[in-house]
Order: sequence, then structure tokens, then C-alpha cells
Amino acid sequence: MSRSTGIRGNEKVAGWLFVGPMIVVLGLFLVLPIFMALWVSLLDWAPARGDPFSGGGEYVGTDNYRSLVAVDALTRTDFMKSMRNTFYYVLFVVPLQTVLALFLAVVLNQKRLRGKGFFRSAFYFPSVTSSVAISMVFLFLFLNNGGINKVLSWVGIDGPSWFSDANGVFHLLLGVVGVDQAPGALGANGVLGLSFWEWLAGPSVALCAIIVLVVWTTAGTFMLMFLAALQDIPVEVDEAALIDGATTWRKFRYVTLPQLKPVLFLVLTLGLISTWQIFDQVYVMSEGNPDKTTLTPAFLSYRESFVSQNWGTGAAIAFVLFAVILLLTLIQRWVMRDKDEPRRRRRAEVPA
Amino acid sequence: MTRQSTLKRAAFYLVLVLFALVYLGPFAIQIATSVKTDADAAGNPLGLVPDPATFDAYRRMFGLTDDSPVPFMRWFGNSTFVAVTVTLGRVFFDSLAGYALSRLQFSGRRYVFLAVLAVMSVPGVVLLIPKFLVLNYFGMYDSYSAMVLPLIIDATGVFIMKQFFDSVPVSIEEAARIDGASVFRTFWSVVLPMARPALVTLTILSFQGSWNEFTHMLVATEDPAYQTLTTGMASLFTGGLGSGTQYPLKLAVALVATIPVAIVFFAFQRYFVRGANEGGVKG
Repeated sequence: MSRSTGIRGNEKVAGWLFVGPMIVVLGLFLVLPIFMALWVSLLDWAPARGDPFSGGGEYVGTDNYRSLVAVDALTRTDFMKSMRNTFYYVLFVVPLQTVLALFLAVVLNQKRLRGKGFFRSAFYFPSVTSSVAISMVFLFLFLNNGGINKVLSWVGIDGPSWFSDANGVFHLLLGVVGVDQAPGALGANGVLGLSFWEWLAGPSVALCAIIVLVVWTTAGTFMLMFLAALQDIPVEVDEAALIDGATTWRKFRYVTLPQLKPVLFLVLTLGLISTWQIFDQVYVMSEGNPDKTTLTPAFLSYRESFVSQNWGTGAAIAFVLFAVILLLTLIQRWVMRDKDEPRRRRRAEVPA
Repeated sequence: MTRQSTLKRAAFYLVLVLFALVYLGPFAIQIATSVKTDADAAGNPLGLVPDPATFDAYRRMFGLTDDSPVPFMRWFGNSTFVAVTVTLGRVFFDSLAGYALSRLQFSGRRYVFLAVLAVMSVPGVVLLIPKFLVLNYFGMYDSYSAMVLPLIIDATGVFIMKQFFDSVPVSIEEAARIDGASVFRTFWSVVLPMARPALVTLTILSFQGSWNEFTHMLVATEDPAYQTLTTGMASLFTGGLGSGTQYPLKLAVALVATIPVAIVFFAFQRYFVRGANEGGVKG
């Protein structure tokens, strides 16, 4: 009896000792800095102006946040451009990488295929490599007289000069049908510092190159998730569908896809969260150019602080980005819970 | 029926081979270009046969010529130091914390775990400026401790280990405890050896993550002496080293920087995939 309380007593001390290093490291280098940055986002500050926590810099209240949304100046224009670019980037990357990952997983899940392991490794390998290294490879492929344009020339397409082409693809498509100038109302009016015409530009050609790179790199990870979920589907369900005479497409649409719903939501959530954070590829490949069409909030936040020395603005951008990602996660969770709850309840009713 | 299914299989193979080309092509081009001359690389960007073949890029990058433009060995050394230290730290401290959160009864455990979950959901990229602020405040900016200490424990790793310990029966360690072993002794010589599968996963993830870590190194250091492969490559590629085109050199550097992770990947991938699919096999 006394021994057992002794063990429990030990556990109290041991428990805190065991989690101690974690609390110190995460507390000092993750939690504390967030509050530090929150304070700096209320200052006009740069490292040259001394310690921000004992009088360095100037307190400006919410001015830094207001300059992002309410003050008609370069800061707001840049920030809005970065939001527009990233919106289009997310709009293209998330669906494309999800569909590609699902497609590759379904093909790899076919029975009686040889060399599955080889193909799976080939598709997954880019996901584990360094984003900086892989960006260099794609920078080389997307040169004006590089590999991509060479392949395009085989099918008679005169490829663009990717990383110096700031044209939005929606503008280019409109150009094909003869609209190559902003129609009066769209060009003259606008909101938050950009004309409607600029808001509707779509991703620039340069941003498209980054979209291609990211879809190519990340699809492999999500493919593995789909593959694991596909193998989770009981064989009997598949066979029942075949006996009922379902075609391959109908079987996929009405039998396989509904079963994949949970993993599909997971992939979409992870995709949304990670795409809004894009930084490395922009840093290495384009630095926000051409004409700020590859500027993203994360890169702008870095540039405002480390390059322009407006640390308050940089910190404010980081928190706005944080809020955006948090909001998206919450929306996604809310949608997911709605769709998932009845399922779970149904599953619980089935005796184990 | 059989002819149709043969046709279908042929179609699947065609798709797979096509995508394999798309996925392996860039790496093949990278390898081929790294042994080309600058002129050949620019004029023949898709060619897989260098004409003439030259190991100039490698000779320059390993400092065997007079005009070595990149301190490659320094970058490689820094990356190795970071990856090894961070991996060792994470494997030990993550499993220590994960074990406590899974097994040890102490007041506040639930709140600590909730805090870990909250920390996990903080998007890494919004920490760029916060991290600089804290390192600057502690006077750690531009040092090895700034590169390593903030990464030495990660919430995700703690979470993985806790999940693992949750799935292991307690009976064996309870026997050890009743025999009078201390909590740490039980953890060290009974629990950890049983946790090998989770530890291997954690090792691989930590090594790959810290070897490829870019943003943290970018905001923790500025002095070229502390550059790792990622920050070094970034300065080379974005022209910080004023190197013009030199595509064979740049692609050779990127290639060698990828090799350690590639080795880990090909050595452990079966293990990786099996882990991911374990759930499916059991049904």
C-alpha cells in the first residue's frame, strides 16, 4: 500500500521533469516570441532602434494594421496584391494537387500491376527533398530557352518567358477573345487599393510556374494518404459493386469516393493550411517579381522586416496571415464536423 | 472481357510510365546538367548526354580549383551538425515528454497536452519574425545555439510519441516498476527499447525536416559562417554570391545537398510506407 502511493508520488515529480524540457523550449522559442511579436506589431521599430521591450521604437497603436487595410498607400497595395496572388495560388494548387494525388493513388491501387513500389517511390520522392534545391531545378527548367519551353515548342507552342511575365492568365484568356484593355468600369473602379481589373487578373504566368512546381512536389504526400485509405476499403464492398454491374467510373463515383470522404477532407485542410504559407519557393525563384505578381503575405512579411526594416508592419502582416489560416481551419473543421457526425454515429451503432 | 481488361491494364501502365517520366525527368536532367559545360547546359537544356562531359562543377564546389565560388564543405558541415543534434535531441526529449503525457499521473497533464495541440496548430511561417525577435533579445542571433536550440524539441514529435505509447499495453513496465525500478530507469531500459518503431519514424522525420530546414536558419543567422546547405544554396541561387548563370554548378550543389535525404528515403521507405498502410492491412 505504502509502496504504491510512493510510486504515484514519484510520478508527479517525474511527470513534470519529463515534460520540463519541452515546456522550456516551446515556451521560450514559440509561445513567448508570439507575444513579443504582438507587441512589436504595435510599434514603429527596427533592431537599430534598441530593445523594443524597454523603450526602443515608438508606440503607434494599431497603425501598422490600419496601414494594411485602411490607408491608401504602397503598403496596402503591396499587401492586397500579396493576398490576391495567394488567393489565386491556393485556388489552383489545392484542387490540382488533390485531384492529381487521388488519381495517382487510384491508378496505383489497381490489382495485378507490377512495379507499384517503384512508381510510388518516384511520385513520393520530391516531397522529401529540400524546397530550395528543387526550386533551383525548376528555375532551370523554366528558363526562357529551358526544358519546359523546348517541350512546348514540340507541340507548336511558343512558351512565355516565365519568370518575367507578369500577365495574369485571366487577362491573357480575355485577350484571346479581344479584350486586352480593362473595360472602363473595371479599370476605373476598385476596392482596397486595387482596381477590379487587377483583382480579376488571375495568377500571373510567373506564379503559374510556382503552381506547377508545388503541385508536382506535394501531390506525392497526399497520394500516400489516399493510398492508405483506399486499402482500408473492404474488398467486399468493391466486389458487391462489381456484381451489381457497376462500370469503373460509376463504382469510383458512388462506391469509392464516398468512402474516401474523411481523408479527402483531411487532404483539403492540410492543403489549405500549407498553401497559404508559401514562402521558400518565392524566396528562391522570384522574390515577389515580376511586378509583384508572386508576392505572398509570408514573403512580404519577411521583406518588410528584414529588408525594409519596418518590423511593426512585418509583424502585423504575420498576424493577419495567422488569422486567415486560423479562420480557414475553423471553417474547415466546422464543415467537416457537420458531414462527419452522422457517419460516426452510424458507425457506432454497428456492434463491434 | 479479357481483351478489355488487358487493354485497361496497358492503359494504366501507360499512365504510370508517363507520370514516372514527369517525376523522374527533372532529376535526370539535373544529374546530366551537373556534368555539362555552361554553354552545353544553356544550349541543350533537355539533353541527357553531356557533350563534352566535365566534372568541373564538382571540382569547383569541393574546392579543388583556384576559383572555388561556394564554401560547400562549410555548408555541408553546418547542415550535418544541425541535423544530427536536432535529431538526437528530438528523439530523446520528444519521447520523454510523450511518455509522460501518455503514462505518468501528474496534475495538469491534460492542460499540458492541450497546450501541445495548440502549439502544433501554429503555422510555422508566421513565426519568422517572432523567432528573430526572441533570438535577438537573448543575444543568440547568429550562433549555433540559435540554429539548434529552438528546434531541439517539436510538438509534432511529442504528439507522435504520445500516440504511440497510448497504443502499447502497460503491463510490462508495471512489472518493472513493481520490481522497484525508478520512473526514469523504467523509461530508459524497458519502454524505449519497445518503442523502436516509433523512434525510427521520429528519427527519419527529424533528420529530413532539420536537413531541409530553411526559414528558421534564414531568420536565426546572417553571417555566412553559419550558412547551412539551404541558406547557402538560397544565396547562391538568388545571386547573393554574384555568380551569374553557372547552371551546372548550381544544379550540382542542389544535387549533392539532396543525396543524404535521398539515402535515408531509399533505405527506410519500405518502413515508412508500411507504417502508413498498417491501418489498412489489419482489416
